[in-house]
Amino acid sequence: MATTEANGVAIRTEEVRRHYVMGTSTIRAVDGVTVEVRAGEFVALLGSSGSGKSTMLNLIAGLDRPTTGAIRVQGRDLAQMESEELARYRRHTVGMVFQSFNLIPTMTLEENVELPARFAEVERGERLERVRASLERVGLGARLEHRPSELSGGEQQRAALARALVNRPSILLADEPTGNLDSKTGTEILNLIREFNESLGMTVVMVTHERVLAEQYAGRMIFLSDGKLASDGGPR
Amino acid sequence: MKTRDMLELAGRNLRESKLRNSLTTLGIGVGIASLVALLALGVGLQELASNRLARSGLFDTVAVFSRPEFRGFRSSERREGENTNESRDLRPLDEAARHEIEKLPNVVEVFPEIRFTSEVRYGEKSQFTFVGGLAPSARASDAFEKMQGSFFTSPDAEEVIVQMQFAKTLAEKPETLLGQEVTLRYAERQAMGAAGAGAGEPGDSEAASFSVVRRERKVRVAGIIESEPFAGMRGFGRGGIFIPIGLAEKLRPVGMSSVRELMRTSGNTTTYQTLMVRMSSPTQVQAAEKAIEKMGFSTFSMMEAMRSLRRFFAVLDLFLGIFGSLALAVASLGIINTLVMAILERRREIGIMKALGASDRDVRRLFFAEAGTMGFLGGVLGVVMGWAIGKAINFGANIWLARQELPPEKIWSVPWWLVAGAIGFAVAVSLVAGLYPASRAAKLDPVQALRYE
Ligand SMILES: Nc1ncnc2c1ncn2[C@@H]1O[C@H](COP(=O)(O)OP(=O)(O)OP(=O)(O)O)[C@@H](O)[C@H]1O
Ligand SMILES: [Mg+2]
Repeated sequence: MATTEANGVAIRTEEVRRHYVMGTSTIRAVDGVTVEVRAGEFVALLGSSGSGKSTMLNLIAGLDRPTTGAIRVQGRDLAQMESEELARYRRHTVGMVFQSFNLIPTMTLEENVELPARFAEVERGERLERVRASLERVGLGARLEHRPSELSGGEQQRAALARALVNRPSILLADEPTGNLDSKTGTEILNLIREFNESLGMTVVMVTHERVLAEQYAGRMIFLSDGKLASDGGPR
Repeated sequence: MKTRDMLELAGRNLRESKLRNSLTTLGIGVGIASLVALLALGVGLQELASNRLARSGLFDTVAVFSRPEFRGFRSSERREGENTNESRDLRPLDEAARHEIEKLPNVVEVFPEIRFTSEVRYGEKSQFTFVGGLAPSARASDAFEKMQGSFFTSPDAEEVIVQMQFAKTLAEKPETLLGQEVTLRYAERQAMGAAGAGAGEPGDSEAASFSVVRRERKVRVAGIIESEPFAGMRGFGRGGIFIPIGLAEKLRPVGMSSVRELMRTSGNTTTYQTLMVRMSSPTQVQAAEKAIEKMGFSTFSMMEAMRSLRRFFAVLDLFLGIFGSLALAVASLGIINTLVMAILERRREIGIMKALGASDRDVRRLFFAEAGTMGFLGGVLGVVMGWAIGKAINFGANIWLARQELPPEKIWSVPWWLVAGAIGFAVAVSLVAGLYPASRAAKLDPVQALRYE
């Protein structure tokens, strides 16, 4: 689970652009961003609404492809990968959490958390062990059979965190993980993320627009504005 | 993703929208059911035809008719006959002809087709049925393989073999009939007046007269058989009881088709309407037919008839298959519709799965698996329903057969290849129907899918 390149570069984007062509106009959601995230860092991605934070995160997650530019993770350029390879990358290297939790409502927590392990073809026995361990880690060991709708928002986000952990990725990408939560619950979630960062050595990139939280938890703050890098605190 | 996991996920997805997926599956089921029912009917009829014919020994038998009866019926042969032997066109089918035919090479036996209605009495019970004359060569028929009791002790023994179905109407436990005496009451024809005048010649028949006398005869039950042996071509499938052919000839019964025969029979000279010629093997049939036609008679054999029958059933199967396939085509539209709906509803879910590491291929296979599972279940359901429909058809047909005083038949048959084929076909059709939805799901952009609530 720990990164292979301790203190090396985990993620490096080079002049990444993501443009949307809408008829005659072009929306430059991400417009030439070059950043470097070191392994084990906790980075907050800030900016006003529409500044391109989510787009940036999705590019790093391999869910989206840049229009131009390169995104190097563990020395490989995501932009050059086949879709099958990208899927493998998403399975094994990154874990994602979202503002809206994105648990599958028809599945129990156990099944939700098991899903990435199924895609990764983890053996059945080990899979269930990992699912339990992950859920216990976020304090939901007793809620295996519950459906997401039976849980509070904070609990759902914790389940989503457990799901992001189950394949033991080296990078955690979080898109406003506390956006739908009250501040107390939000703090709980952030504490968990910090714990993953510190004790598991995961590289964390978290999108947020709450500067106070970012200052409190992240080791570094990167600001986007209109798809461009506005300021990069640089590694502390 | 491993296949097992994929099937598991597909299964649970299908269970999530039970009503819609069950309706879709039902649609496939109905399509397959009609396919199975129709094909089973085709297969059943074909089996019935060819089995009955094959086990009957019908293939090594030639029916011989006196020619005038068939004027205009088998025109091609007649033409052939006319070329070779015009003058013998009106030759009667009499004892002399019978002996002549018996002397032909490879002829096992020559016997008249005798079949008549009789009342059969046993104890208090009395039933009407058809009595058929059985030649000794019938012994080889499959029908006697599972016989209870034994075959006739001699070709004119006063014995009968009873068909199981009919035996049941006489005794609750048919086995108890074995060795018992039953009474046949039948009509015997007696010639009178102008004896021997122009025997067999149609123009002269008015000169003879006859009377019909009611007779009784006690006979011993020698055996009971399940299916019916071959006893002639016309009344095929109608006998409830059989007597040795020699005995049948002695009885001189008024048969179901013997009025013409009757008209032409006087005194001790008999003309036969039909003689059955049993050959030692089916390969001899053609040669025998030629020889007999040279003698001035018309012939008929099943060899030729079977060939066109086969063709008929092949065409029938094809048509039935096409109708069933149409039903299935409609059902496959149902699958496409259901899966496309599912994609719209599960857009977000697909996005989530992709974000969690599912590849396009995983998503495609998942939808494929769902289509295939519905296809499989629909196929199984369809086979069961088709089987039930076939049973119902069979039941109805047998009621009809019973009304016609015919023994029950299995006109409908579901061989294993039809079961396997139907299910396989359902799965294949479903997978094809799933092609478009699956590739659409696979192509879904996860960023878009996750974007909105
Ligand atoms: N598929 C798309 N087509 C057109 N424009 C898009 C598309 N996706 C994103 N955009 C635009 O790109 C810009 C950046 O969007 P993005 O979601 O990255 O912003 P964000 O910083 O995450 O905002 P928020 O804080 O509101 O989540 C926005 O102007 C958005 O409208
Ligand atoms: Mg956003």
